[in-house]
Amino acid sequence: MSNTSQTTHSEKVNQVKRRTTTEAIVEIVSDSGEGAQKCGQSLGAISAKMGNGVWTVEIIPAEIQPPARSKAGASGIRVRMGTNKVTNMGDHADIVVALNEQVLYGRIDQNAYKSGTILLIENKWATHTEETRLAYEESIDRFKELGYIIHEIPMEKECLKHVSDARKGKNMWVLGLLCNIYDRDLDIAANQIRYVFRKKKEEIVQSNLNLLQAGYEYADQNIDMHFTIPSELSEEEFVVMNGNEAVSLGVMAAGMDVCSMYPITPATSATHAMAETIESAGGIIHQAEDEIAAIGFAIGSSYAGKTAVTITSGPGIALKTEFIGLAVMAEIPLVIVNVQRGGPSTGLPTKVEQGDLLSVLYGAAGDAPKIIIAPATIEECFHYIILARKLAESFRSPVFVLTDANLATGVQPYPRPKIKSEWFAAPIDQSPWKEGLRAFDWDSETGISKRPIPGQKGGMYTLTGLAHDEESHVAYDPSINQQSAENRSRKLAALGQTLKKPIVNGDEEGDLLLVGWGSTLGAIEEAVGRAREKGANVSSLHLHFLSPLEPGLKEIFGRFKKVKTVEINYSDTIGDPLITKENRRYAQLAWYLRAHTLKDIDCFSNVYGQPISPFRILKMLETELDLILIDEQ
Amino acid sequence: MIALKPDFCDVSLPESDYSMEDYASSKARWCSGCGAHTILNSVQKLCKEEQLTPEKTVFVSGIGCSSRFPHYMNTYGFHGLHGRAFPVACGVKFRRPDLNVFVVTGDGDCCSIGAGHWVHAIRYNMNLVVLLFDNAIYGLTKKQTSPTSPLGTISNTHPTGSVLPPINPIQATLGLPNVSFVAQTVDWKPAHLHATIKKAYEHQGLSFVRIVQRCPVFMRDTYEPTVSDPDAITVLNHEDGILLNEKTLNSFRHIVEHDPSDIIKAREKAEIVKETTPIGLFYQNENATRYDQYGAHNLGISTDDRLSAINTLMDRYAI
Repeated sequence: MSNTSQTTHSEKVNQVKRRTTTEAIVEIVSDSGEGAQKCGQSLGAISAKMGNGVWTVEIIPAEIQPPARSKAGASGIRVRMGTNKVTNMGDHADIVVALNEQVLYGRIDQNAYKSGTILLIENKWATHTEETRLAYEESIDRFKELGYIIHEIPMEKECLKHVSDARKGKNMWVLGLLCNIYDRDLDIAANQIRYVFRKKKEEIVQSNLNLLQAGYEYADQNIDMHFTIPSELSEEEFVVMNGNEAVSLGVMAAGMDVCSMYPITPATSATHAMAETIESAGGIIHQAEDEIAAIGFAIGSSYAGKTAVTITSGPGIALKTEFIGLAVMAEIPLVIVNVQRGGPSTGLPTKVEQGDLLSVLYGAAGDAPKIIIAPATIEECFHYIILARKLAESFRSPVFVLTDANLATGVQPYPRPKIKSEWFAAPIDQSPWKEGLRAFDWDSETGISKRPIPGQKGGMYTLTGLAHDEESHVAYDPSINQQSAENRSRKLAALGQTLKKPIVNGDEEGDLLLVGWGSTLGAIEEAVGRAREKGANVSSLHLHFLSPLEPGLKEIFGRFKKVKTVEINYSDTIGDPLITKENRRYAQLAWYLRAHTLKDIDCFSNVYGQPISPFRILKMLETELDLILIDEQ
Repeated sequence: MIALKPDFCDVSLPESDYSMEDYASSKARWCSGCGAHTILNSVQKLCKEEQLTPEKTVFVSGIGCSSRFPHYMNTYGFHGLHGRAFPVACGVKFRRPDLNVFVVTGDGDCCSIGAGHWVHAIRYNMNLVVLLFDNAIYGLTKKQTSPTSPLGTISNTHPTGSVLPPINPIQATLGLPNVSFVAQTVDWKPAHLHATIKKAYEHQGLSFVRIVQRCPVFMRDTYEPTVSDPDAITVLNHEDGILLNEKTLNSFRHIVEHDPSDIIKAREKAEIVKETTPIGLFYQNENATRYDQYGAHNLGISTDDRLSAINTLMDRYAI
């Protein structure tokens, strides 16, 4: 464990010596349905409430009920807690609680642990059926070989002292255990349990509180690791949630009238989070018959002046593409949230990828310019929906908000937004349409035009996906098609004029500039910070506007000897069979930036379906800069 | 539009008095003899009779010959994507109960590429008038077999005759949950056509009207016998059905009684399409669930209440 020193004690526990640490990474891994995520989310919330920085990320199997005790069935959560703000999942786990040993293999493959990682393993399998017992023993030996430190814990046995069925509540016993190990405030923990089980009977709440206490006391008496993670309580109010929940609140705070969707992983939980509230907030969820209908319905609502959003993931975007083209062509304001997952095809439904940048940029027939923005933090997931609605209305255009499975399930505290009524969409304009104004009266400088809303007297027009003139009449003159395409494209240039040059993290010039977008911000900046402490001449830049691109990139890139994107999507590696500098297929942002800036931009990307860790980036930097940046473990 | 000032005379006049011309836009560009011209005329007549406010009226269509319809109306219009008129129209209507929304679709649009939306639009049962222009052929793309082309139809995709039996749009619609209005008419009987569209407009819910339509360019041989043969049509008659004046009713040779509240009988009547063309109201139920009423149920919530709802949810995440 890094940054530790021998110091304090806790008031809660008798004479336990605690070491201070500035951060800790904990994982709880189990079979699906054992409540590991509830345990970790609670630990994260308790830590956030104590003023610690927190990032949690879920470990999700593909099936609802995968086979028990299997490598592919690992379900769980990682919680990274720190004294300071935490922006990503971090590198290797310090302590792992495993409700069975088999589920650890998947995590080991994902390089989640290191030599010295402490495993707290349920020991009931040691006295199980012969087959299980042998598998257990073999695993324990294997884990020892890998350098992990093993503690076999009688979790089931301890829980059975308090409940008749240990499956009901073992997660809260583990929470108690971890609360003791990491010096979490038991009153806050108890309140968290009351909140989590607020819809349950009092006896269930009480039973879970008893288990929390029991786990806490067990660790006090039987475990010799005790830490404290100092924190400072902020005066400011904070909220803690995942990115999909932030999107959900953003939809309501933007005053959306219609959220039109079709269920798809990992986007759907955004709709769940708003379902109980949106009708009181003036909006409605429409669960459409399919992805195409979901966007068609949203477009119909928006055409009629009611603000609309559709939330989906990559395969849904593929189905919606024709309608996206229509929204561009007919200039219909619309917010499209794409919670990206691994592709192509059904791909990795629960896993992260930043694989849809080029498909949303170019994935429509003809030239279909649209606005694309990418939040990089949970907080931005909230605010960017409000921004997106305003951009959609102002520029009469579809606006993409690209998040991903990492942001969707990552939990982080952020300052509580003060919801303002001016964030809501204005009531629809039903005043008479200005005489002489046409349905597409494109401003020659900006391409922007005002749109008539049904109900506006004198504004009647027939919207069409066909090439059309200013009056929305079908264009039989080919010059009209050229002119209207110019105007739609000019809107992006007009928006681009209003954007600020991005700020470089680190020195303004140097050996290497890393460029990222979306959920990788925290990992990139942490890696760059750690590398700079070791003397590396590296900076980073993170893009939030992807269409139009933020200005000044060519000039900024020119100040660095080398520019390299860091992305979670596929790129060829030079040196692999047949792959050369000439035929290499680049990562998506790199591809786009190379065309945009004519700079020889490199890329570091992969599709392991995992959030990129600072460790991986540091490893890459070591090779790139020929430096040693990672301490010996 | 004639607008008389109130002080011009003593009698109170309606604020507006729209004429047929007020609903007409550019000249229709359908082929000469196309049944769509008659339908357009009938719809404009309906608008005048009902004095529909042009800016409160929206025609939504997909793609195909029929779907050019909104361009010829001086109302709001939405000429969208092939097969997707239903989701767009449902989106328009969902939170705008003040708008009169019509859907104009064709046999390819509704029964082939958009069939999924057709099923669900019937189930949503929003207050829409749906006019299915069924000429049993793809016209705009130049004569391909449509899902309603009679078996053996010679087309550019099936030069030796189509090989599958057609979909019966009436039967299919009558088989769907929450169906509330199903009628059939033909474009060449303007009185019946108009009475049907009027009945559909008056219905509260989704009115599905299949209009058997002539395509004189690609399907002349198919329709000629039906149009000229007085035995080819059977009128479904009932006091709750499509009301025709005595003269019009008597101009038909075959008339059968059919109670439109009886869905089982309606499905039986839909089967006789194989021998004759039944026209009239197959089924009506004004008590079916209306999804547009759900869409409008929470309109007009105050800003303070909206803020309070969001803040209450935000409290749950507060630390």
